[in-house]
Amino acid sequence: MQVTAMHFKRKAAENLSNEKLQRALEKLQTKFVNGRAAAIAELPNFDQIRNAAADVRERVINNLDRYLLRFEQEATARGAVVHWAETADDVNRIVADIAVLHGVQRIVKSKSMVSEECGLNDYLESQGLNVLETDLGEYILQLAHEPPSHIVAPVVHKTKEDIADLFVDKHHRPRTTQIAELCREAREVLRPGFLAADMGISGGNFIIAETGSVLIITNEGNGRLSTTLPRVHVAVTGIEKVVPTLEDVTTLLRLLPRSATGQSITNYVSVLTGVKGRDDADGAEHFHIILLDNGRSRLLGTELQPMLRCIRCGACMNHCPVYQNIGGHAYGWVYPGPMGSVLTPSFVGLENALDLPNASTFCGQCAVVCPVKIPLPDLMRHLRNRQVERHLRPWQERAALRVWSWMAQHPALYALSTRVAARLLRLFAGGKKRLSHLPGASGWTEERDMPAPAGRTFRDLYRVGRRA
Amino acid sequence: MKVGLFVTCLVDLMRPSIGFAALRLLEAAGCEVVVPPTQTCCGQPGYNSGDRIAAKTLAKKVLKEFDGCDYIVVPSGSCGGMIRVHYPALFADEPALHETVQRVAERTYELTDFLVNVAKLESVPGRYSGPLTYHDSCSGLRELHVQAQPRALLAKLPGVKLAEMCESSTCCGFGGTFSVKFGDISARMADNKCVHIARTGAGAIVAGDLGCLLNIEGRLRRRGDLQTRVLHIAEVLAGEDGVCK
Repeated sequence: MQVTAMHFKRKAAENLSNEKLQRALEKLQTKFVNGRAAAIAELPNFDQIRNAAADVRERVINNLDRYLLRFEQEATARGAVVHWAETADDVNRIVADIAVLHGVQRIVKSKSMVSEECGLNDYLESQGLNVLETDLGEYILQLAHEPPSHIVAPVVHKTKEDIADLFVDKHHRPRTTQIAELCREAREVLRPGFLAADMGISGGNFIIAETGSVLIITNEGNGRLSTTLPRVHVAVTGIEKVVPTLEDVTTLLRLLPRSATGQSITNYVSVLTGVKGRDDADGAEHFHIILLDNGRSRLLGTELQPMLRCIRCGACMNHCPVYQNIGGHAYGWVYPGPMGSVLTPSFVGLENALDLPNASTFCGQCAVVCPVKIPLPDLMRHLRNRQVERHLRPWQERAALRVWSWMAQHPALYALSTRVAARLLRLFAGGKKRLSHLPGASGWTEERDMPAPAGRTFRDLYRVGRRA
Repeated sequence: MKVGLFVTCLVDLMRPSIGFAALRLLEAAGCEVVVPPTQTCCGQPGYNSGDRIAAKTLAKKVLKEFDGCDYIVVPSGSCGGMIRVHYPALFADEPALHETVQRVAERTYELTDFLVNVAKLESVPGRYSGPLTYHDSCSGLRELHVQAQPRALLAKLPGVKLAEMCESSTCCGFGGTFSVKFGDISARMADNKCVHIARTGAGAIVAGDLGCLLNIEGRLRRRGDLQTRVLHIAEVLAGEDGVCK
């Protein structure tokens, strides 16, 4: 997927004034924030489960090579083929090769953010293959030619009215805004696609080392159809998704749906192990599993390693006051919100996403709700450090910081200049006691006043003993 | 006990009344208060802008200035969190300083946290009367777990009626330099806060961090609300006669 993270500010500004989007984003609070709170309240020992989940993920990441090799061994023993992809292009090429190998023409897809990372659909279509997204949200986006704006609810930026209009345009059926009717309509259009497909592509929420299984959670059932109906199943996922045992995965499953959508469990939990056996009624005859690196292994052993614990629940974005106000598209790549502000610069380059690690007030709510305890503000701060170390910040900002810290180290000079500043600002503010313009801080005064200083600094008053 | 008051650079420059109110409260709690005269900034602007070297230099200055205090008290969860939570992280790679930093960090408190949990202040001198609403500032809430303490202190004022707003713990959008770098997003977050404040019908919005207060007041006034008072918790608790003219 094309990276447009450098346009963060412009896109954020557009989205702030997009009233329809703002209405759509209200769903986040009611559906996801309140939903999570209620679902977490069901668990009396939530903190213990969360600690256990973080431990499982940390253990995996510390021994990633070992668990991945075990996974490959077990999956291979059950008839699957494991492919290692270093880059997004490798994934695309491997999938296209598999399609050629098995004479595939028509492909159905269940939701996969890793495939978005690769721009897989566009590539396969360029190879003359027919690709149909079957997750309702992803299907809507495929019709609209738009990227997802959320990792769990990819179409959260659209209202049901938007979708009704889109369906009329693409399906040529009578318009309806009833959600159940819209779902039925999509199902009717998608069903022949499932039946005709030669290949199903899915993601993988987890891969399980001890059994070589790919685990997928969905709510619509399209994941199960995509992975069992066509002859060939290709699962594409990141190398960090490995979990040692089925037991471990159950710990994570107690938190993932609760954190994501406020569900105690998703409607479907599919554990796909090996190829269709001789006595099996269903299943794919050929099972390929592609494990993508694409920058993940570069995070190992660095301050950013905790990011690899991420289980892609989306709670950090649902609870992020910045994301809640600007939506996901502003972040300019596959992963929005706080997790995206760490992943995007890590994967596509610090210099290609300069705003993202800075676009946080460090309010800390993302770290509070993260089910695997990723210290997201600390990781964003680390990326800010790296920007400074690599001289990627604008000179005005660097100069201002340098002046500030130099002044703060020289108390006498600091006292004098703050005394002057306090008086001058007070003078400029006049009787209103607030400033509507402030040179160098138009970002503040564009939509806010700046309350004026009292006129004399604390140290000034304290020194002369004018204490109350 | 000897308490060092870390005034904060924002209070020093913008609203000294908060510093004097904190002083008055600490004295009411029976503390011997010292105000190191050379104090400036805790280093947070540098720390959060990726300039660790500047942050460290200023942090070392703070450590030296408050050496000898039993406690450091800060009328700000943000600067308090910087010293208590982030100084140890900042000096994690300097084992020689580790012990000093850890000792200072453990003895640094946000004002209301200190008054309730260390000084165990019995009664407060304030006289505020009427409904007010309280905004939980992010660092105080999430780094220092300041939530019950200011409410417990407000409850000691018989005339105060606390009218809780929706989403009182959602960020107001200040975020230090964020408020200037991403002014439009910041202002929208402040605007959401103003809507919640207005719905309570309270005559005052109170918080424990001047950064948030400047942000909220700035947006309230621009929206045309000239009535709602914007007060620091220390000002409310210390009484308005504690406010230095």
